Amino acid sequence: MSTRRLVLQVLSVAALLPRPAQANRAQLEQAILAFTQGERPRSGGVRLDIAPLIENGNAVPVTLSTTEPVQTLALFNELNPQREVLQARLVPTAGGTRLSTRIRLATSQQLVALARGQDGSWWSHRVDVVVTLAACIEGG
Amino acid sequence: MAITRITLPASARRGETIEVQWLIAHPMETGHRSDDQGRLLPRDIITRFECRYLEQIVLAMDLFPAIAANPYCAFTLMAERSGELVFIWAGDHGFEQREVRTLVVTE
Amino acid sequence: MKRLLVLAPLTALLCGAAAREGEQPLASPRSGFEFMTPALQAMQRSDAQNPAMLWVASGADLWKAAPANGKPACAGCHASGLAGVAPRYPAFSAALKRPVTLMQQINHCRATRQEQPAWRDESEPLLSLAAYLGQQSRGLPIEPPQDDRLTPWRQAGEALYRARIGQLHLSCAQCHEARAGQRLAGAVIPSGLATGYPLYRLEWQGMGSLPRRLANCTTGVRAERLTQDEMTQVELYLMQRARGLPWETPAVRP
Repeated sequence: MSTRRLVLQVLSVAALLPRPAQANRAQLEQAILAFTQGERPRSGGVRLDIAPLIENGNAVPVTLSTTEPVQTLALFNELNPQREVLQARLVPTAGGTRLSTRIRLATSQQLVALARGQDGSWWSHRVDVVVTLAACIEGG
Repeated sequence: MAITRITLPASARRGETIEVQWLIAHPMETGHRSDDQGRLLPRDIITRFECRYLEQIVLAMDLFPAIAANPYCAFTLMAERSGELVFIWAGDHGFEQREVRTLVVTE
Repeated sequence: MKRLLVLAPLTALLCGAAAREGEQPLASPRSGFEFMTPALQAMQRSDAQNPAMLWVASGADLWKAAPANGKPACAGCHASGLAGVAPRYPAFSAALKRPVTLMQQINHCRATRQEQPAWRDESEPLLSLAAYLGQQSRGLPIEPPQDDRLTPWRQAGEALYRARIGQLHLSCAQCHEARAGQRLAGAVIPSGLATGYPLYRLEWQGMGSLPRRLANCTTGVRAERLTQDEMTQVELYLMQRARGLPWETPAVRP
């Protein structure tokens, strides 16, 4: 068997194995950079409000807010099946903006809010949350 | 036609930042759940929301399966003058919903 | 005997081990609202945020919709609304000669006054109309009717509440009376008073009735489902336990 074929087979098997924690975090960072087109966001500029301890991950209130005008807001997660949560384009408004919604969280993980200022700069706020599960999940 | 509930202030002063809230009935089926027989339930979510005010798109949002069922959203808007607020949702399987409200702005 | 030996440690784990040193049972039953996180309490309090208000809106439409056969809409007969009515259910129905829940009464009205087929249990229109009617009484104190005809049913409900059921051999009282306020696997055990039905349950990602919740409970202790009569009996007893507390429909729960 050719070396190339062997390598491909090994890689395809590896893809089926459970992802180690670093792989999830790396995927999150990749998704963020894809969204910002390669610009690494700076910490600050946007605030993500979410309860640090969440008793039910089905409908978790979140708020993204800024004090400066922004043209873009986005929210990414680390461990749900898909990294993206929401991506919004806005009319920049003096005094900043506030956007709230409710999201689903599969498990304890990191969330990253992004904002893009009028000058094109990217900003982020990372929050780690703990999600517990209710005792009596009967699936009914 | 999905049931919606939109909340706006009765009126706003020119230049005031107001909060607009909406709720829409929608299962936001993620595409990752299975039914009792083990069959995967197909994805069925709202994928986009737009709000237009004074002919301008003031908010255009892409929604993903991580948005909770029966979605809620609140956003801020600067009141300029009285006019229509148009709310448009679109999603999987041709889902479309449009609501119009009037924002009353006083000097 | 062997079955008891297997189940006893499980029961102990579920109920005994959950109690922390020095914790007493609650002095009086409290609404599940009080055990929710501030975020969930805000969700219930705000009509703009409460997802159950979508069902209330739908119920308002149903209230005004006259059936195609020319019979009146609900609003046609009940022109001034039905505030104060929902927290008095289950009530004794003279026509049916038995207690009925609000949803059963809605279907009875549909059949007799509107000549319409009954809405299925847990169907969207039934939940919506019950939510709309419930919301009209929101905030009012729960005041079960003083009706002797209800007494044997209510007493049967209390007996069921205190009976150990299911493979886990647990009674409602063991968790929701003796251990309300304590924790089971990370979640606070509520008093289980049913003050806000039909309600939006995050776990269901939708609206549901008290019978649906009771079915979840019996599944949780691996018991057979309660019959419809048994559920009415339990509901009667729960309303007595909740007497004086504010009606919360449409509530939000985790």
